[in-house]
Amino acid sequence: MSDLEFRSVSVAYGSRPALEPFTDRVRSGEWLGVVGPNGAGKSSLLRAAAGLVPYGGEVAVDGDVLARMSARARAGRVAYVAQNPLIPDDMAVFDYVLLGRTPYVGYFGTESAHDRRVVADVLDRLDLGGFAHRMLATMSGGERQRVVIARALAQESPVLLLDEPTSALDIGHQQQALELVTDLRRHQQITVVSAMHDLTLAGTYTDRLVMLHEGEVVASGSARDVLTAERLGEVFHVCVSVDVDPEDGTVIVVPRRGFPA
Amino acid sequence: MTAVAADVVATNAAHARAAAGTRRWCAIGGILLVGAIVVGASIGPAGPDSWRVPLELLDRLPLIAIDSGVTDAEWNIVWRIRMPRVILAALVGGMLSVAGASYQGVFRNPLVDPYLLGAAAGAGLGATLALTTGRSATSAWPFDPVPTAAFVFAVLTVAVTYVVGASFSGSPRGADRSGVTLVLAGVAVVAFVTALQTFILQRNQDVVREVYQWILGRLSGATWSDVMLVLPYVAVSCLVLMLHRRHLDVFRVGDDEAAALGLPIGRTRVVIVVAATLGTAAVVSVSGLIAFVGLVIPHAIRLMAGASYRRVIPLSLLFGAAFLIIADIPGRMLSSPAETPIGVVTAFLGAPFFVYLLRTRRFV
Repeated sequence: MSDLEFRSVSVAYGSRPALEPFTDRVRSGEWLGVVGPNGAGKSSLLRAAAGLVPYGGEVAVDGDVLARMSARARAGRVAYVAQNPLIPDDMAVFDYVLLGRTPYVGYFGTESAHDRRVVADVLDRLDLGGFAHRMLATMSGGERQRVVIARALAQESPVLLLDEPTSALDIGHQQQALELVTDLRRHQQITVVSAMHDLTLAGTYTDRLVMLHEGEVVASGSARDVLTAERLGEVFHVCVSVDVDPEDGTVIVVPRRGFPA
Repeated sequence: MTAVAADVVATNAAHARAAAGTRRWCAIGGILLVGAIVVGASIGPAGPDSWRVPLELLDRLPLIAIDSGVTDAEWNIVWRIRMPRVILAALVGGMLSVAGASYQGVFRNPLVDPYLLGAAAGAGLGATLALTTGRSATSAWPFDPVPTAAFVFAVLTVAVTYVVGASFSGSPRGADRSGVTLVLAGVAVVAFVTALQTFILQRNQDVVREVYQWILGRLSGATWSDVMLVLPYVAVSCLVLMLHRRHLDVFRVGDDEAAALGLPIGRTRVVIVVAATLGTAAVVSVSGLIAFVGLVIPHAIRLMAGASYRRVIPLSLLFGAAFLIIADIPGRMLSSPAETPIGVVTAFLGAPFFVYLLRTRRFV
């Protein structure tokens, strides 16, 4: 059980609004994809939910308002993976993933055997067991992305926020990472909200899409409803055609040459 | 046994190995420090034969009786003159190294030293003021006003840096929590305070030499009362920083991630900076500006023992303390009675050693 509720969440940087009041309810185990052009407010939405920017309105998990919790208690509910996570080169994979246990360690405490067991377990599930003592500097881009997701999973929070989780990966590693999230969501009922740039992948993997444009919601619903050629042309200023796979209903966004009318 | 169970066993074994590694490094540091103290106490231009001092030190331990042949007068030289200086060197070296490592961690900047936010510049200004304007007025005082003035001005300067940095910390992405504004505020405040000090010196040319010597740093003439003066600050500061070594590891993944992991980063950063600054101000006020130690010892530790602050902080304390005791020995021997300032010796010994480490160890 981990409903994530946004109640009129708004973000402004100085006098410039980045996100107009946003209201939505992501049900337990659901995956909400947030799409939209650069600067549309996707990251602001995720950063607000993670408590990293001041925001108006409320974010609640299972009815508990996050702003009223301590930073540690909030971290126990919501895990966050940044768009460009800082990867300390000279840190071992195991130690990096162990940082995910921070919310469960007392202020002056140290990680317990249980914390290390959770980390070993997560590494194992993500096929990273053999990498535990490698330095992060020696990992490839795809491996690093898995390690970062492993850290978020070690946090054992029921809500996972992913800001552009696959933007730096090749198509194979993109798929691998998204399959991994899908798998975790199914088996552990993790609620996922992710900002995504690749519209076809976003439509394929998520349950529901929200499209933001200049801080406001312009469309919400299934990939078929949200990703129309006309709307994409308006919002992204692109020329695309949208095909639907007749067999499984996958929405495929194909860029076309030329400028939109 | 399942794969996961095997992995857990392997993980626990690896954890035990890592813990044993940390203990081994701490043991090496501890032995080095004790060795440095004994050698430091044994060497000096006057006093008993060097080889007799370790025996006498052993003799002073409970349950051990050795006839070292050290007379009471000779022991006085060791205990009243050498020992306070050795212990002070240990406190100063350990404090500067731990403070430097903490600053580097909390600002995620490898080029930062403990003087970053103005502790050194403030102490310099305080000492200059005490040596110029206050000299005639305070000559009758029962204590030397220079360390007090240096300490007060060091703390004041860092406080000003903090106020200035906090008042400009609004950035387009909301609150600036990366500490960059603070570092830049430090640059401005240090420039201002240094200009002030230069101006005062310009008008009081007669004390230029005295101030210059103070700035170069020295441990000569250290007494037990100097040790007692800085000990409380160093003890509290090091204790606080030791208790935050896990937090410094969390800082390594960036402010956003650290905050998302539940670390109250604003508060934690203030606690660490205040602790490091108080300790630094205290040691600067008695020893002057000893360059290099706070910057290079933590990096040397990282190259030798790994970059986790769980090792870097305790090892900086031990190795920094031992390093400054050893670096102080040639200063006492070489050109006595006109001593070589310790700041010169630390850089002279430390720089080649650091280059050697850089060449032989790889960062990965």
